[in-house]
Amino acid sequence: MIKQREKSIFWSRLSRNKLALIGGVIVIILFLIALFAPWLSPYDSGKIDVTRILEPPSREHPLGTDELGRDVLSRMIWGSRISLAVGFVAVGILSIIGVLLGSLAGYYGGWIDSVIMRFVDIMLCFPTYFLILAVIAFVSPSIWAIMIVIGVFGWMGVARLIRAEILSLKEREFILAARSQGARDLRIIFRHILPNALSPVLVSAILGVAAAILTESALSFLGIGVQPPTPSWGNMLTAGKDNIDIAWWLSLYPGLAILITVLGYNLLGEGIRDALDPRLRD
Amino acid sequence: MLQYLSKRLLQMIPLLLGITIITFAVIRLAPGEPTDLQTQLNPKVTVEAWERLRAYYGLDKPLYRQYLDWLWRLLRLDFGRSFSQDNRKVIDKIAERLPITIGLNVLSMLLIISIAIPIGVLSATHQYSFFDKFTTVFVFIGFAIPTFWLALLLMILFGVNLGWLPISGLKSLDYESLSFLGMMTDRAKHLILPVFVAAFGGLAGFSRYTRSNMLEVIRQDYIMTAKAKGLSENRVVYKHALRNALLPVITILGLSVPSLIGGSVIFETIFAIPGMGQLFFHSVMSRDYPVIMGILVLGAVLTLLGNLLADICYGVVDPRIRLEGRKG
Repeated sequence: MIKQREKSIFWSRLSRNKLALIGGVIVIILFLIALFAPWLSPYDSGKIDVTRILEPPSREHPLGTDELGRDVLSRMIWGSRISLAVGFVAVGILSIIGVLLGSLAGYYGGWIDSVIMRFVDIMLCFPTYFLILAVIAFVSPSIWAIMIVIGVFGWMGVARLIRAEILSLKEREFILAARSQGARDLRIIFRHILPNALSPVLVSAILGVAAAILTESALSFLGIGVQPPTPSWGNMLTAGKDNIDIAWWLSLYPGLAILITVLGYNLLGEGIRDALDPRLRD
Repeated sequence: MLQYLSKRLLQMIPLLLGITIITFAVIRLAPGEPTDLQTQLNPKVTVEAWERLRAYYGLDKPLYRQYLDWLWRLLRLDFGRSFSQDNRKVIDKIAERLPITIGLNVLSMLLIISIAIPIGVLSATHQYSFFDKFTTVFVFIGFAIPTFWLALLLMILFGVNLGWLPISGLKSLDYESLSFLGMMTDRAKHLILPVFVAAFGGLAGFSRYTRSNMLEVIRQDYIMTAKAKGLSENRVVYKHALRNALLPVITILGLSVPSLIGGSVIFETIFAIPGMGQLFFHSVMSRDYPVIMGILVLGAVLTLLGNLLADICYGVVDPRIRLEGRKG
């Protein structure tokens, strides 16, 4: 009963938040575009046509063609699959690592906690992109490398979040009750604590997808992310920079796609956070 | 204050050690070896030559020995020599580029502060007004915009189409022949786009942060007291509220150092600015291990220093922190 009431409060708060709704709609549309990419794209995204290179947007090619005569719109539609895949796999990896280390630190406390949290502090000292770039230098860049590297170096926020949640949960009565009945640590963590700590993780995961997409596009733009000919919004912008003085459409549209995508996930994530926060409830 | 400072400096030591361990681990545990570039690309390398090269770089020793040797050299500020053609000392290569990166970041931080704080204050004091809503939209876009894309668009608009601003480098080719005033304007013109792009992401975050701090402070009792005393609205806002709202902003400024330095890699590469970020990117592309390791350590140390500086500033402006430090 209580659970159901909580849920309905959550949904009514979420649906009243206009920005969150816009974000949700953007995210759903992006999913559909990625899912139906083969049917939606007007041209074969890899089809080279040297007779029609760098054509400005026209009726035939609504967003123009690139330096090899490929259709920009079709490449952007296929590119949406890349950013979706990178976003979700990277966030999956960083959430697993973050939840694991955060739970260990928060639940056991003591020296385990100090070691893990100092590790987090140290990792956070490195400037953004630095560790990722250093590793990318030694593996051949690919979409898999990007996903793993973003995941492996991005878990610190989640770990801090989970630790804080667990610290506040572990002294509560229902945990003490479970422990007094002889439940083991692992059972307490996975059955009793984590389910109650998941909502902030969900919010940070949605915001994390946005951040991962931004990172992927930056790395691909620099030429060390997703490699051509696989289309990604980031590496399409590289072509935009190479032809900056003759083909503005190569720079404008892929970036716009990144902006709208990231905006969608951010709005949705913040909307869910507001809807979950009991202090904001009226 | 002195006691507080020495305590903070002592706390930095384990972090510094951790930074070197992670840097070393990341480089050594990554697949491939520093000598790969010299050996794999060269089919004529014999096994003996390869072993000689490994011995030269100390790669034949156990890992912990390699780490300790490297750490010992670091302590004497010996970062080794670059693998690139020039074979120069890493420390020299970084030293000539670091001022450029720090200078650009200081400029963009000043820009952030001077724009974001007024925006934050105004949208807090005029909550739900048109201005507030407009800045909220701006903040969301600011968070979502890829910096390098913004750079591209501005380059197209101001560089290519309008032709007002140069789009790469720090000075024009004829820089040396210009008058002093000409030199200054040339410099300034080259700096406008990079500094603005570097600042843009931070602008959104800071104005939002100032706004929420301000909203919180305005509801405090002492603001009510100040108003009840009959002070004017302006005096209450700018004298009493703003001061308290800005305190946490100092910490956030310190915390934003890693993202600013990290961002340097992107915008220095785009605008072809010869700073540390560009050097890092080029080193990554050419697998120049000593330079990569040097910049990793230095970047992290800069972050630590940024946080320390923020803490000191906080201590200076907030007596509560200062007194606490004196006690314990």
